Amino acid sequence: MAIRPETLLHPRPEGLYCPPGDFHIDPMRPVARALVTHAHSDHGRAGHGHVLATRETLDIMRIRLGEGFCGSEQAMPFGESLTHGGVRISFHPAGHVLGSAQIALEWQGCRIVVSGDYKRRPDPTAEAFALQACDVFVTEATFGLPVFRHPDARGEAGRLLASLARFPERPHLIGAYSLGKAQRMIRLLRDCGHDAPILLHGALEKVTQYYEARGIALGRLEPVAGHKARDLAGRIVLCPPSALADRWSRRFPDPVTAVASGWMRIRARARQRGAEIPMVISDHADWPELQETILETGAGEIWVTHGQEDALVHWCQQRGLAARPLRLVGYGDEEAA
Amino acid sequence: MNRFAALIEALAFEPRRLAKLTLMEEHFRSVPDPDRGYCLAALCGALDLPAAKPAMLRQLISERTDPVLFALSYDYVGDLSETIALLWPAPADTLTRDSSIGTIVETLQKASRREVAGLVAGLLDTLDERGRWALLKLMTGGFRIGVSASLAKLALARFGRVEAAAIEEIWHGLEPPYAGLFAWLEGRGPRPDPGQALTFRSPMLAHPVEDEDFDRLDPHEFSAEWKWDGIRVQAAGRLRGNAVEIRLFSRSGDDITTAFPDLAGALHFDGVIDGELVVMEGESVAPFSAVQQRLNRKSVSARLTTEFPAHLIAYDCLFAGEEDLRSLSLAERRERLDALVAAHGGRLRTSPPLDFDSWEDLARQRAQSAEHPAIEGVMLKRLASPYLAGRPKGHWYKWKRDPGLVDCVLMYAQRGHGKRSSYYSDFTFGVWDGDRLVPVGKAYFGFSDAELIELDRFVRQNTTNRFGPVREVVHEARTGLVLEIAFEGLQASTRHKSGIAMRFPRIHRIRWDKPPAEADRLTTLQAALARIPAQPAVPDA
Repeated sequence: MAIRPETLLHPRPEGLYCPPGDFHIDPMRPVARALVTHAHSDHGRAGHGHVLATRETLDIMRIRLGEGFCGSEQAMPFGESLTHGGVRISFHPAGHVLGSAQIALEWQGCRIVVSGDYKRRPDPTAEAFALQACDVFVTEATFGLPVFRHPDARGEAGRLLASLARFPERPHLIGAYSLGKAQRMIRLLRDCGHDAPILLHGALEKVTQYYEARGIALGRLEPVAGHKARDLAGRIVLCPPSALADRWSRRFPDPVTAVASGWMRIRARARQRGAEIPMVISDHADWPELQETILETGAGEIWVTHGQEDALVHWCQQRGLAARPLRLVGYGDEEAA
Repeated sequence: MNRFAALIEALAFEPRRLAKLTLMEEHFRSVPDPDRGYCLAALCGALDLPAAKPAMLRQLISERTDPVLFALSYDYVGDLSETIALLWPAPADTLTRDSSIGTIVETLQKASRREVAGLVAGLLDTLDERGRWALLKLMTGGFRIGVSASLAKLALARFGRVEAAAIEEIWHGLEPPYAGLFAWLEGRGPRPDPGQALTFRSPMLAHPVEDEDFDRLDPHEFSAEWKWDGIRVQAAGRLRGNAVEIRLFSRSGDDITTAFPDLAGALHFDGVIDGELVVMEGESVAPFSAVQQRLNRKSVSARLTTEFPAHLIAYDCLFAGEEDLRSLSLAERRERLDALVAAHGGRLRTSPPLDFDSWEDLARQRAQSAEHPAIEGVMLKRLASPYLAGRPKGHWYKWKRDPGLVDCVLMYAQRGHGKRSSYYSDFTFGVWDGDRLVPVGKAYFGFSDAELIELDRFVRQNTTNRFGPVREVVHEARTGLVLEIAFEGLQASTRHKSGIAMRFPRIHRIRWDKPPAEADRLTTLQAALARIPAQPAVPDA
């Protein structure tokens, strides 16, 4: 590495900033030029002047934030590169949600990869994670504690289907984040053999339609609105997790409540959510995946953006890797809410 | 163990009370002795495995994990058993053996302290994550699965088609694994006889009174007395010639006689009395902090019993000699109690009934009691009420005093335990002393789940410093968060930098709107503390 990596990228109150390129990555506040890893609201915010992101990320941001979510936009295909202010920029799949990217920056012999949020498990609704060799790897740490080991997602979905078979008269409500998790969950249920129509909360419809438009087959889907209470017996209904505690959920007679989230690994979290079927299904890397990925990138220096950064930094240091938390404030909140 | 673990897991994620009862009933029906008995004991918190304690479990896991990663994980998960269950490095798929809960409990009970660690490690190796959690919970107690001892006993009553009260009546004379109890409930054996032993009888509990209750309650049908801030105690005594045997039980039925030898030695009656254990300072009831000096002591020194003498303020009489008074009315029981106490004296006195002719009148007296540190409020008891185990509706009410309120500034936060685990939910707050804040207390409840998420976010986004698991949160005149704290009383304290300790503080409101500079000052609390007068005496009965 010829230069100190901080001259290429460093944290500022508004987010990660690249001085030679004069742009930010996933900034929390409106900036002139932003590179966006993915469309979750804590990473892809409205109000930037110019946004560089994948086609899918830009489309989903428009769906969720409305026309005019930024001044101008530029789509960046995976694997291609462009040079701006001497910095070579390329986007690579992160496996988190549809269109999610890791962003690689190269400048004067230094390569930094900002992974955004990522996972490495199979997910037919997102482009598979593509490992990037780099000097500095900027990683999330949402599940950066050794207690987080995500089990096989099919096994988790299987418990939901077993409950549906056992209680055919009760509607089964699944709380799942509206971008990514919900669509993955539908695909997973299809792959486990559930062919019946799945009902959707209104907040999930547009993004789900977009996934289908991008060629991801999700089977028969119907809006939940318009169904009479007595038609809901034995149906699977997907909604955002917040709707489970909402007035909306009261229309369902004697529902079984399921939640699909990596947090369901912790009993207290499952109980806080009122989950009767906590499904540990996550779009973030678990502890072994974080470790594996850090080692495989070959990076000598690890920067940790958000989540349980203390444990991951400790683990890196034990292995002789330079590591530090970036203490970026503002990430992780779409999913906390 | 798998049967037990499956039950516990199902109960943990089943919110419906009736479904929980059915799950337990079905378990009692289909699982043989002694396994179902140990399961019942575990659900009721009646299982004691003296050699298997948290310190030993910490030792086991510390030999298998990085201590920093363990500490961070425990801080996050907020539950020792769950953390260990999740972190335990299980050997790959060796889940071949499944020992029954009965075998496991009996093995652990027989094991010496030296043997037990090896046994537990061996068991954890053979169990899956759910089984590990159930086993660890069995050893440490406190399942946090929304099943109280009384709910488990209700399931048992439904299983045996008897009244819940019939089980309560004999429960405290029984030991796990309750083979005789199950035999009786299945019609295969006689009702277990509590016999001649001095046993605990399930106490009668009160409901909090709500404002709208007063419209339908007739004051003339009620007796009122102070609600003393001590510990609820049931005293059972038997006279045999000149010899007297006395046992003191806590509200949950624990025998606490040895913790209060001064009181036990001063009592000599035949029967069962319900009352409040307090510490007296001369003729005054001392504040609860004096009773606290007597709790959780390994040994009871003469200095302790002289400095903090325990007394009993009696308010009910369950038995006089062998005669069961519980079906009589409160008015009749009270007469019997008065007679018993009048003949006794010394450290036994009655709680004097309050004279009142309307709820407004009683409210006035309750308000005037506000500055007595040992009075928590008023108890209302229906004169016609029999003594019923549990918390029957419509008989007894507690009418606590309105709390004190003070605006404090959030200073530090820590992650919580139990249902608040993994969120920043234990808050230390302070008031202004000049231009700096001094901590005056800690609170970890009083907020809704939605508010918890907002508080957690506030802490994460406004951390200014970290001390191990503790986060310092911004607290300056113009930036920070004001919490309106409710509390039951104030005491002078040498342990707190502020010199003041709050009783039962909790978050009453979050003042997102209020700048920290407008929070209260220490002088406000000091003035309130100074207003607490020398304590009035309890009139003798």
